Amino acid sequence: MITALVILLTLQLTGTVLSRVTGLPVPGPVIGLVALFILLSVRSTIPANLSQTSQTLVDNLTLFFVPAGVGIVNHLKVLENNGGAIIVTLIASSALTITVTGMTFAGVSRLMNRL
Amino acid sequence: MTPAITHIWLYLADKPLVWLLLTLAVYAGARRIFVASRGFPLLNPLLVSVAVIAGVLLSTGTSYGTYFHGAKYVAFWLGPATIALAVPLVGQLNVLRTRLLPVTAALVAGSLTAIGSAYTIGWALGLGPEALVSILPKSITTPIAMGVSKEIGGSASLTAVFVVITGVLGAVIGAPILTALGIRDSAARGFALGTAAHGIGTARAFEEHETAGAFSGLAMGLNGVFTALALPFMIWVAGG
Repeated sequence: MITALVILLTLQLTGTVLSRVTGLPVPGPVIGLVALFILLSVRSTIPANLSQTSQTLVDNLTLFFVPAGVGIVNHLKVLENNGGAIIVTLIASSALTITVTGMTFAGVSRLMNRL
Repeated sequence: MTPAITHIWLYLADKPLVWLLLTLAVYAGARRIFVASRGFPLLNPLLVSVAVIAGVLLSTGTSYGTYFHGAKYVAFWLGPATIALAVPLVGQLNVLRTRLLPVTAALVAGSLTAIGSAYTIGWALGLGPEALVSILPKSITTPIAMGVSKEIGGSASLTAVFVVITGVLGAVIGAPILTALGIRDSAARGFALGTAAHGIGTARAFEEHETAGAFSGLAMGLNGVFTALALPFMIWVAGG
């Protein structure tokens, strides 16, 4: 577990430094995610301890955003003033996204089958 | 409260222990309730945990800063957990190779629709600048969405709330919309759910079909990374 954490935290440190140095508008952990994805896809196997620790972290992903979610107590006014507009925006945008994504995926698949 | 209890409370409320314990205990309880309800969308563990803890803070008059003294030990793991998402993603590399073209086309179309429609509709309905920027990454998985939100000048906690509401909405309206459109391919259905509604949509897709779940998880990861790269760039181009 500790070895896996060293790997993950090293990637996070590298990603954060890269983000700062290059001025790229991408968070450090996302750079770390892409780096780990590339590293693992050129290897034939995933180290067992990395796989286990990652599984535990991903399984409890929800827990790690609880503190940020609780930050809503600082934004109650925004929700009070814009509640209706926010809900309508989220429903309409989600319905559009599901429609466009599903139709594009199915449409391109159908086109490929015909060729 | 009796003076002795008040005294102990004032002492503890200032230390990280109580708030760290509260975060872990409430989350553990919320997860049990969610499993016992067989995944009822409105009992989403994040939604329940945030509601309970926010209620405790408001009723005890505790500031978010005091709470965060304890909660920061939990919040720290968001970074490593985001990087760890690469592992399940690599596991789906072979499936991804067989459907590369539809995956790429649907990813780009879906991601841009999610961002563009949120901006257009939110702006037309008169959302203020903070809410409008914070709502743009609403369709991607929370750890990435919060980082992106901060990056583009939004509020990470406001984004977290938008992300969860979006997930719950997507999980509820997604399947009926896809069925009404006549889309029966499990890969297409799953990919749409994951693109629009991240992890909550993915949990819903797994209930429907294993292939749908795999493609939904893939969509969640790809859309998270694509949005994290594209959205700050779009804001930068727009001169924001």
